[in-house]
This record gives sequence, structure tokens and C-alpha cells, in this order.
Amino acid sequence: MSQYQLMTDDQKDLCAIVHDFCKKKVDPYVAEWDEKSFCPIDTVKELMDLGFWGIDVPEEYGGADLDVSTIMYIRMAMAYHDAGFANTFSAQTFGWKPVLLAGSEEQKKKWGSLLSEQGRKFWSMCITEPQSGSDAGNCKTKAVKDGDDYIITGNKCFVTNGGVADLYTVTACTDPTKGTHGISLFIIDRNMPGVSVGKHENKMGIRTSNTTDLALDEVRVPAANMIGEEGTGFKTIMKMLSRTRPTGVAPAVGVAERAIDLAVEYSRNRLSFGQPIGKLEGIQFKLADMEMKLEVSRSQLAYSASLVDKGIYDTLVGSCTKCFVSEAVLDICLQAQQIYGGYGFSKEYPLEKLVRDARIYSIYEGSSEIQRYIIGKTLVGKL
Amino acid sequence: MNIAVCVKQVPDTTQVKIDPVTNTLVREGVPSILNPFDGFALEMALRMKDLAGGTVTAISMGPPQAEAVLRESMAVGADDAYLVSGRAFGGSDTLATSYILSRAVAAVEEKRGAKFDVVFCGKQAIDGDTGQVGPEMAEHMDYAQITYATEVVSCSDNKVRIRKETADGYDVLEAALPVVVSVTKTPFELRFPTVKKRLAANRAQIPVITPEDMEAQSLIDLARCGLKGSPTKVKKSFTPVRNKVCNVIEEDSLSASAVKLIAVLSNDKKI
Repeated sequence: MSQYQLMTDDQKDLCAIVHDFCKKKVDPYVAEWDEKSFCPIDTVKELMDLGFWGIDVPEEYGGADLDVSTIMYIRMAMAYHDAGFANTFSAQTFGWKPVLLAGSEEQKKKWGSLLSEQGRKFWSMCITEPQSGSDAGNCKTKAVKDGDDYIITGNKCFVTNGGVADLYTVTACTDPTKGTHGISLFIIDRNMPGVSVGKHENKMGIRTSNTTDLALDEVRVPAANMIGEEGTGFKTIMKMLSRTRPTGVAPAVGVAERAIDLAVEYSRNRLSFGQPIGKLEGIQFKLADMEMKLEVSRSQLAYSASLVDKGIYDTLVGSCTKCFVSEAVLDICLQAQQIYGGYGFSKEYPLEKLVRDARIYSIYEGSSEIQRYIIGKTLVGKL
Repeated sequence: MNIAVCVKQVPDTTQVKIDPVTNTLVREGVPSILNPFDGFALEMALRMKDLAGGTVTAISMGPPQAEAVLRESMAVGADDAYLVSGRAFGGSDTLATSYILSRAVAAVEEKRGAKFDVVFCGKQAIDGDTGQVGPEMAEHMDYAQITYATEVVSCSDNKVRIRKETADGYDVLEAALPVVVSVTKTPFELRFPTVKKRLAANRAQIPVITPEDMEAQSLIDLARCGLKGSPTKVKKSFTPVRNKVCNVIEEDSLSASAVKLIAVLSNDKKI
């Protein structure tokens, strides 16, 4: 496998821990988990017990506090073994991020420590609703003030880790007359009366990642659980995306690395017309195209991560990275499948799963169309 | 409990190829790893520490790059580590190596100001496969020794009980401390490193114990080290010729096949 040469020794060593763990604890079982759409949450937690809890939570709030670049390589390493596994891991602290950006010091101290090795909690982010995906501002979940509490009612869907999370950060409309300025963010405990986890989504790919609906039926939430001021929720979400989007697609690179490794190995060993197919220029050119896309994707992600680590939140770079990498990786996997021929179409071999897993990246966390819309709009500006 | 573990950096022999012309190992591009048996020994040492408390110290003899296996040892839980390295130690056979290591244990004891109660090592290194260094160390130090260990059964201030593998099953041996324990493949694997320990290990200062330092402290006789201290002479190394001829003995019954097999082996003077 080719490697990004500018990784530090620390980054390489932490990735080595992930690879070693996943070789022993994920690879032997992943086909069965995928078939059953089973989320191996205990195995994810076992890996996290090695020091990966609260990976992006600052040390003062009890987390491991690694930089964005290092976390990105760790997620790539996980996705090399299973994209769904990386997804479960990546989303552990997803709901925490708005607290870090807009929450009070008291909230950060209270909730941040729950994500540490002592707390071992998973915290999901719930934005999407049945009628609103890309247009996250079209939020129908309502929060009505009642004394010192809010009563929240609504339905969320496509909640990553919905069935395994202990905490949820939910967008809810506190003032329907104000559009996106009427959206607020609330921390909801899974055990609050009125919270129920809905059906598990039977997905095409990343099937080992748990994705569910979340129903909120008049859930009484203390006002102290609101993140930031009333009506600032949408702004906080946008701020969060400017920080998470640049590297959100990183696991896709792990999937592509695996696809190329498998395709190279297959082309060396598969004999056709008396010679390895890797000797054929047609196959070599295919591999070359795949590697080019991988190298560029990885370099672009490293650049994006460096920007975030330096406190530069560039929406244009984030959208370009997300859109390019997600599409490049799907193409790499499709080409690898082509090299595998009929075996690439069989569920008995690993390529078929990689293609299914790679499909998600240009759909979720802002589809390619939304990214192009952002890029185009940013370039042209207001006319 | 003060516990030492001797670890060695070896080429990953599962990836080593033999040069068909020279019959020597092609080591270029082959990754270096912690000797797997030393990994089992390290895990056993860490389990003993979990059981009885104390410290685990990793010691390795080798070139400067062998520091990597010491950092690896610290990443899984060794408290400190020492590299034993110097030109005068180069070319040592098992006798010289075991002598140097036994003296290095004394040098580390002097630096740490405490004697080791148990010295663990793997039963053999996968590059040399001699299996002699552990027992020879025990002889040099005049310690009790337990070989082919697979598990620590119990330990106290002055004795240890170890399960050891035998041809028929296992024995449980008790030894007074201090003791050298050489470890074979265990039912458990070396634990995973943790993030914090891995990062701390990368930043740790690893003291180097040199032949010059040891000589200055009158801890070692350099005439017993390196090539001049090594009676072993390698005359030739070669790859055994693999005879792929396979004779299938399939008589009417199993007992008839057995009788035929005996006759064939006897005729070929194999038995």
C-alpha cells in the first residue's frame, strides 16, 4: 500500500495500532457483520478502550485531544478494514461538536467527560428529517418553552449510531416564523421519557454502521440542555460543518487503499492467456488511473486537515475536498471491481462490499450536488 | 516485583526469501519486528506485574535501530527500557550474547538501584532459532531457570509458580527468586498498545549501555564478547533440498498399510 509520506511517526504508530487491532478483531468477522447489517459496537468500544475515547475532545474536558490530521489518518486506517466500523467510531463525538463551539463552560465540563474512557458514551447528531435532508433549515421538529423546560416533538431519520448512542444533539424549531434563525440545538438523553429509537435502516453499504430513526414524543428537556442562545442552532451547525466537512470524507481513502491493494494483488496472481493480467497494459493503465486519484485525494485531505488544524475554516476547500474525494473513491472501487471481473461481482469476494460502501460518500454529509452548489456559489458570488 | 524482559529485534522471517545462488537470507526490504516469543514473554511479565505489582523493564541487545522494539515494549506497558549496544558486542554467538545480557542485567540493576526478581525471555529468536540464550543467561547468573513457560500460576515475594509445556502436557514448577523464565508460545497474545503509552514511548529517553561503560564499571570481560568470545563457527549455511516425491501407501486395510509402511521405512534404513 502506498502511504502519505508526510505522516509523523506518532501518526504512523497510532495507525499501526488500528491496523493491528482490526486485522485481529474486524477482518475475520466483517463479511458476516455486513451480511447481517450488524453494528459491532462492543468491538468498536474495545478499540476505543486503547485510548481512542473522546478523540477530538480537549484534554481539559476529559478527552484524548488529538489533532484533526491525526484523527483523519486513524479513521482512514479503520476504513481500510471496514467503512462502517470507521463510521461508528467517527460519530462517537459528533453530537458533542456543537457544545464545543457554542456551549457554556459548564456544559462542556459536564458533558465532555461523558465521552472519555470513564464515561464511554456515544453521542449522535440528529439533523435530518423525513422531509428535509440537504435543506436542513426545513426543520419540523418543534421545541415549545414550558417553564424551565422545552417540550420537544418530532421525527429524526438517518441518525448515525441512533440505536447505540446514549446522547443526542437535536435541531428543533423554537420559532417557526424566523426560518433558520428559529432553529435551536438541544442535548437529549436517551433515557428521557418520550425518546424512542425507530427502525434500523437496511442500507446498501456501510451496513455495519447503525443508522436509525429517532422519535421524540413530547420530550421534556431542561432549558439548561440548550446549546447556545435560542435561534442560533442553524448557525452553529454551519460553523460545525466548516470544521468537519474538510476531513469528513477521509474514511473513503481507506476504502480506496483497500480496493487498490486487492486489485494489484489480483492482477499479479490472476492468469489469463497464460500470463498474469497485471502484465497487460490495459490493466496497468487502469491501476495507474486509480493510484493517481488516490494520491490526489489523500494529498487534498492532508491539506484540508492542515488548514483546520491551523484554525483556517475554508468552505470552498471543504466542499472541493468532499466532492472530489467521494467521487474519485467510488470510481477507484468500480475500476478495482472491473479488474476482479466476475469475482468482483460475487459476494464471496471483498470487492463487491467495497463498491457498496464507497457509494455513500457522495451522498451523505452533503451530497455532491450540494457541494457543487456551494463551490459554484462561492466562486460567482452574489450577482 | 522487579521484572526484566529481554527482547530482540528480528527480521520478519515470514517475509524473508533465500537467495538461490548464495543460499543466504535476503534481508533487504524485510521489515524488522519484535521477536514473537519475546512478545509472549513480555505479555507474561506484564501479567505478573498485574498480579503482583512492581515494574517491568525491557532490555535489548542490538544495533541502535533495535530501540524500536524497546519503544514497542513501553507502548504496551513496560515501565522503562535499556539498549545494550556497541561495536565490541557485534558478532556474538549465543554464549557471548547470553554472557553480555547477563552482565547487562547487572548493569541495569546498578542503574535502577534494585535487583530483578524475575528475568523473562522468549524461548528462542526466530532469526537464529537456537533457544540457548535464556538457559545460558541463568547459568551465567547462577539463577534458577524455568523453560518452555506458558503461564504464571502464582507469585509471591520469594517464589514463583510457572506452568511449563512438556512433550506430554504440562508441569507446574515452583522456583525461588531470582529466576530466569524462558517463554514459549502462550495461550494469550501480547496486548495492544494504548494511545497514551504509545505516544509516551515515542518521547521516552532510552539509556544505552555500552561495552565501554560496562568495562569501566568492571561489570564485563570484553574478551568474552563479540567474535573473540564466540566459540561457534558457521562453516556453511544452505537451504535443504525439498524432495517433493510422495509415495502413497494404500493397501486393502489400514493395518496392511501400516505393515507396508514399516517395511518400506525399514528397507530404506529410516527406522
